[in-house]
Parts: sequence; structure tokens; C-alpha cells
Amino acid sequence: MLELVNVRKTFNPKTVNEKVALDEVNLRLADGDFVTVIGGNGAGKSTMLNAIAGVWPIDSGRIAIDGYEITHLPEYRRAALLGRVFQDPMTGTAATMQIEENLALAARRGQKRTLKAGITRQERETYREKLAKLGLGLEDRMTAKVGLLSGGQRQALTLLMAALKKPKLLLLDEHTAALDPRTAQKVLALSEQIVTENNLMTLMVTHNMRDAIRYGNRLVMMNEGRVILDVSGEEKKHLTVEMLMDAFARASGEAFANDRILLS
Amino acid sequence: MNLTSLLNSLPGAVAQGLIWGIMAIGVYITYKVLDLADLTVDGSMATGGAVCVMLMLNGCNVWLALACAVLAGMLAGLMTGIFHTAMGIPPILSGILTQLSLYSINLAIMGFKANQGINVTKYALIVSQRNVRELSLSNPILTSLVVLALVIAVLYWFFGTELGSSLRATGANAAMSRAQGINTNVCKILGLMISNGIVALSSAMLSHYQGFVDVNMGRGAIVIGLAAVIISDVLFGKLFRNFALKLAGVAIGAVIYYIVIQIVLWLGLNTNLLKLLSALIVAVFLAVPYWKGNRKGGRGHA
Repeated sequence: MLELVNVRKTFNPKTVNEKVALDEVNLRLADGDFVTVIGGNGAGKSTMLNAIAGVWPIDSGRIAIDGYEITHLPEYRRAALLGRVFQDPMTGTAATMQIEENLALAARRGQKRTLKAGITRQERETYREKLAKLGLGLEDRMTAKVGLLSGGQRQALTLLMAALKKPKLLLLDEHTAALDPRTAQKVLALSEQIVTENNLMTLMVTHNMRDAIRYGNRLVMMNEGRVILDVSGEEKKHLTVEMLMDAFARASGEAFANDRILLS
Repeated sequence: MNLTSLLNSLPGAVAQGLIWGIMAIGVYITYKVLDLADLTVDGSMATGGAVCVMLMLNGCNVWLALACAVLAGMLAGLMTGIFHTAMGIPPILSGILTQLSLYSINLAIMGFKANQGINVTKYALIVSQRNVRELSLSNPILTSLVVLALVIAVLYWFFGTELGSSLRATGANAAMSRAQGINTNVCKILGLMISNGIVALSSAMLSHYQGFVDVNMGRGAIVIGLAAVIISDVLFGKLFRNFALKLAGVAIGAVIYYIVIQIVLWLGLNTNLLKLLSALIVAVFLAVPYWKGNRKGGRGHA
């Protein structure tokens, strides 16, 4: 279970560039919830995920996972509970390290790093099997540097790494936005597969309304740092893009004017 | 200019190159593995020698003195690490601050004298310039090679461990490392400590080799270290893929650097202009990737 209670975050406080990115956000996810998050630019979607991940401290409010308060934990300590995939395929993996080394790093998430071997033969076998399941041929390139992979391959690998050590919560931050449409669909399908197989509680930010409707059991819309729409269950299954746009107009009092979302 | 004098000076250049090569490996760890340019080395390259020589002059065992020198270097790295991580000071400035403070600290260690001599006939030095052309077990080239091999072996092992891998990850992608639960601040501090520990070992050996320690002996060490790293990159970048080989390549780079310096001096360059030459050569080599990048970019737009 994830709880966000009155979470507030202001960027550049007390300057002309002051921006309230999260304005008393309240959100509660149940175990197994797969929530898609949509909203215009600057709505606070990524900010919310970064607040949960602990990229910077929040101004006020609290964040808890399974009742365990993480509000003041540093980013690296929260990592034990989280799996993360980022918008930029470069962010999620270490380009100058091998595929298997990246996986070995992820396999030790939440553990103390000791002077034991960084990767064992046994692990390699496990990774080979898991990579083979991706169907990208990566199992034959395990000692290749990750920098040689395409964006889609890197995102698939990052997804695998995120789920390698089963997290309490998976954070997908527009993780298909930098990919071409075909690759994006593949990575999305893979994401869904991994979420379902591991029954992961998931927050997926997307700018694509159709994807937001198609995936997950619940949809949250944000605007100006607030959650303005929260739809789940049967109601979500029958959502359409038009309904979302209407809902946005009603809730925010303005038309949903965002090219990136309308055109995709 | 006679060739014999050049040939006679080559063993010395090789020995010096190997000793500085150990330092260059320290620079490699911060500059290449951690992706931090650490200027602490200009200070710690005198600290190690100062600690080692002063301890030995006061009757300390040579191995214990060397160990203390390494520890002192690690403390210098710790200082830079704390400046950078706990106090948020950019890495280059952190290194400069430590380097400056080390100038005073080194003088204090040396009893507020700018240099201290140590005589090879009276003390059990592990390397000495005196034996550089001898064909015996006390030849500094041999000893330096052994120390170098040990340093490379330990580093090769360490960077293959879980902890060592997290250091490499921190240098490769800090955001990813934190997302994978790695405390990147601790890793940076640890890397700086290891690096400066190695630099201090090299410093202690250099003071043995030349028979004295001087408060200014580390000046420009970072440039020599970078030169060695770059020479190795240019010559062996494609050839040496293995981490141990890369470290060895850096040491070879330092040896080549010293041989080139020896040749330039032999050709009649004023010794005082040496640092200018080194700095310019390193600047040009550092610029090469940037120039290459620009050319590619230009073509892309056309």
C-alpha cells in the first residue's frame, strides 16, 4: 500500500520562478493497483514520482509504503522498496558497464554491498534465462556494454532490473516517451506483463491518453499539482479519450490544450 | 647531444615513470572510474612522502611507515570527499581546498621545513635512484614493478566486488546508482580515499627514490596523471579492454611520458619550461574528443 498525504513541493521558492509543483496531493494505492497517471505539461506527474522516489525532500506532507514512513529517507534507502524506469533510456542503466553487471547491481538493491564477488556464475544463469524471456537476443550479449543497446532495449533491460528484486512499488515515468511508436508499444506490453506476473503495485505516468486507458485498473489525472480525477474499476474500462478531455475541462475549468497529448 | 647520455638517463626515466605510474592509477580511479577530476593529488603526492620519511627518520619500520603514508593519503581523500558530498562543494574546488590545506599540513609533518632528506645508506629504503643502473634485486625498476603489480591486482579484485561495482556504477550513472540503492556519496568518498591512498604510496616511493621529500614535489601531479591516462587511452584504448590491462596501460603511459620528457630535455629544452610543455600537451589531448565531436555535429547539420 502506498499513501501520499498532503504532499507539497515548491520549486524555486521565494523567487520569480516559484512554482508549486505538488499542491497538497493525496493519493492512496492498494496492493496490486496499476495506476496510470496523465496530465498536461507541468501538472506534477513526474514530480509526484520523484517525490516518492526521494530525488529531493518534499516541503510538507508524508509518504508511506505499507505503513512504513519513507518521507525523510534518502533516495538510496528508499530504493529497496522501489523499482524505477525513467523517461530517458540513458538514465536507468550504466552505459559503460556490461548488461550482466547492470543486472547484478539491481539484484543487490536494498542489500549491503560487501567485498563478495560483484556477480556469481549462478546469477549469470538466472540473468540469461530472464533476458531470453525478453526475446531481444540480449542473453547472447551479456558482457556487452549497455551503451551499445538501442533505447527500447535499454528500457526493456531497465524494466527487468526494476522487477529483478521484487519492489513494493514500480514507478514508470513516461518510460516510453522517448521511443518510436512501435517500440513504445512493445515496451508497454512488456511492462504490463512484468506487472501482472509479479502482481506489482504500479504508478505509470504517460502522456498518451489511449495508453492510460488501455493499461492498468485505475487512472489518475493531474493538473497544476493536484489530482483532479481518479477513476477505477468498471468505470475506467469504459473511459474514452473524449470523456477524459471533458473531465479535464470540467475539473480544471479550461480546455485540455496540450498538443503532445491531443496528437498522440 | 650524445646518444650515450640519453641512453644512460633512460633507466632513471623508466623507474620514475613506474613510480609516477602508480600515482597515475590513483588519478585514473577518480578521473575515469568515478568521473571526478580530483586535484587533491597535487597535495597528497607530497603527503605520502612526508609521512613516510618523517616516520623513518624517527626510527619507524619502513613497511609501517609506508602503511601510514597510505593512510595519510586516504585521510586527504576523505577530506576532499567530505567537502564535496557533505558540504556540496564542486569536486574540483573541493580538491583545490584540500590541496591548499595539505601544503600547510605537509610542512607541519616535515617539522616546518620545505624538504627533508633521507639517506639510503642509513635507512632501509625500498627504492633508490642509486641502484637504477644495477642489475640486482635492489634495482628500483624491479621493486616498482612488483608494487605496481600488487596495486593492480588488489584494485582488479576490489572493483570486481559488490562494493567495487557500486563505485563503478556511481561514476557511470549516479542517478541510476541511487535508484539501485547505492549510497553514491559514500562511494565517492571511498573512491577518493582509495585514489589518494595510492597516490600517497607513490609519493612515499618517490621520496625513497630521490632520497628526500619536498613540499613542492606534488605540484602538477594531476597533469602528469592525466597525461598518463590520456597516453594510455590513445595508444591502448582499443587494445586493452580488461580492467587490469587498462590500469597497466596507465602505468605504461606514465613511463612513456617520462621517456618523452627525458628526450625533450636531452634535445635541450630548459627544465623550467617543462611544466608549460606538459600542460599544453595534456590540454591538446583533452581537446581531441571535443574537436572530434564538433566535427561530427557540423556534418550532421549540413
